[in-house]
Amino acid sequence: MSNADISDAAYICDIPAERPWSRVLRKGQTLRIIDSEGQQAVDALLYCADDKSERYSSQDTLRVQGSAYIDLGTRLMSNRGRVMARITADTCGRHDTSAGCCSCESNAVRFGELTKYQHACRENFMLELSKHGLTKRDIVSNLNFFMNVPIDPVGNFTVVDGISAPGNYVDVTAEMDVLFVISNCPQVNNPCNGFNPTPIRVVVRDAPGL
Amino acid sequence: MSQTREQIEANRRRYEELRAAGQELAPKGLPEPTARDGAPIAPDAVIHRENVPPGWYAIIRLRRGDALRITDESGRSSVSLIGWREEDTSERINCADTVKVQWSAAVGKGRVILSDMGRVFLSVIEDTSCAHDLLVGGSTPASVLAAFGAPGRNTQENFLAAASKIGLDVRDIPPCVTFFAPVTLDEAGRFHWQEGRKRPGDFVDLRAEMNLILVVSNCPHPLDPARPAATVPVSLVKHRAAAATAEDACRTGSPEANRAFAFTDRLFV
Repeated sequence: MSNADISDAAYICDIPAERPWSRVLRKGQTLRIIDSEGQQAVDALLYCADDKSERYSSQDTLRVQGSAYIDLGTRLMSNRGRVMARITADTCGRHDTSAGCCSCESNAVRFGELTKYQHACRENFMLELSKHGLTKRDIVSNLNFFMNVPIDPVGNFTVVDGISAPGNYVDVTAEMDVLFVISNCPQVNNPCNGFNPTPIRVVVRDAPGL
Repeated sequence: MSQTREQIEANRRRYEELRAAGQELAPKGLPEPTARDGAPIAPDAVIHRENVPPGWYAIIRLRRGDALRITDESGRSSVSLIGWREEDTSERINCADTVKVQWSAAVGKGRVILSDMGRVFLSVIEDTSCAHDLLVGGSTPASVLAAFGAPGRNTQENFLAAASKIGLDVRDIPPCVTFFAPVTLDEAGRFHWQEGRKRPGDFVDLRAEMNLILVVSNCPHPLDPARPAATVPVSLVKHRAAAATAEDACRTGSPEANRAFAFTDRLFV
């Protein structure tokens, strides 16, 4: 990313590999999530800042859109049927919201019990949400930016190699004040991170609709 | 922590082996769908019968080993379902883990529905249609208004009311499974309703693998194009099922299901 691209940034943060992050986006602000080194899944949850019982809903988002993948123009819907944010730029082209986040417990089922004691997105989410008075109870089916999960017509559901190149980004413009929570995915057992988690960068701009 | 080349290669190899087992081997071992006149419930196994009127919901408590038969008598209804573990309602049905762990969004007979804690919530032990939706979810006030041009009863509000009756609230409502909802995707990822995959008398038997509180909502699926909407009840039969033995088809259906059962069994030793 060139310096020109961040000259109007209100906030910049490099999120280390495997770490969580959160920030309130004001209505109209745009969060750019940059896959700094490529092939890095970024798990994300959104909550209405004024009433956190209103939160992102994967099923409402997919129903309203009529299709299974997140890309440019997707409206991120709440569990009350309101638009929380929109995807306003996307240089990757493929993001998921059906596969959920990794957890110690699901890793043990998927990959064997030896993987139970590996750091996971749900651990990140619980720790980050605790800063905002939220618990595991509040973790819903999340967004997975830069995660490539094709679902074929017979239902095969596969996490495959990410298609995001170093520097690819996705812009999310808030349509209400939202608490945006990220887990920079620590998964090493499937291709969502190229089996090797890496840092990402987030940039917040005040200008809407970049 | 940065991974070494050897770790990366070993993990990729294991992932490819698991994928091949999950998508090439496991589906071949799945049982055939149940015949609509098959799998009768012995009269002395019945615990409770209930009909859910169109647009309404029911709260059902199942002990481990109990099963719930849901029957779409008319072939025109869909039934959305959520639920929690009775002793700790922070543990709940998890559609994302269910499809991800089993490598398939096509959940039907011989498959399991997982909780968010890596345990088996429900096993699909009988199933005539194997046409259910875990991706799109149930109806909402907005979807009913858009589909029928007027407000109407819907699954989202049913779940809210039901949760409230057992001391839970909107924070506790996870994504739902909808039975008798033949949703498929095309190559572009667009959702489609598959005509011809719903028939009168379709049923599923869901066996509880832990003590559960379930909510079922008898509302049309938001993609169901039928107009007018179904105006008939669905029937529920709570009954005692055979426990999941070591040879149980759902337990042995995949290495992942086998591990999830083992983790679930530990709750009860």
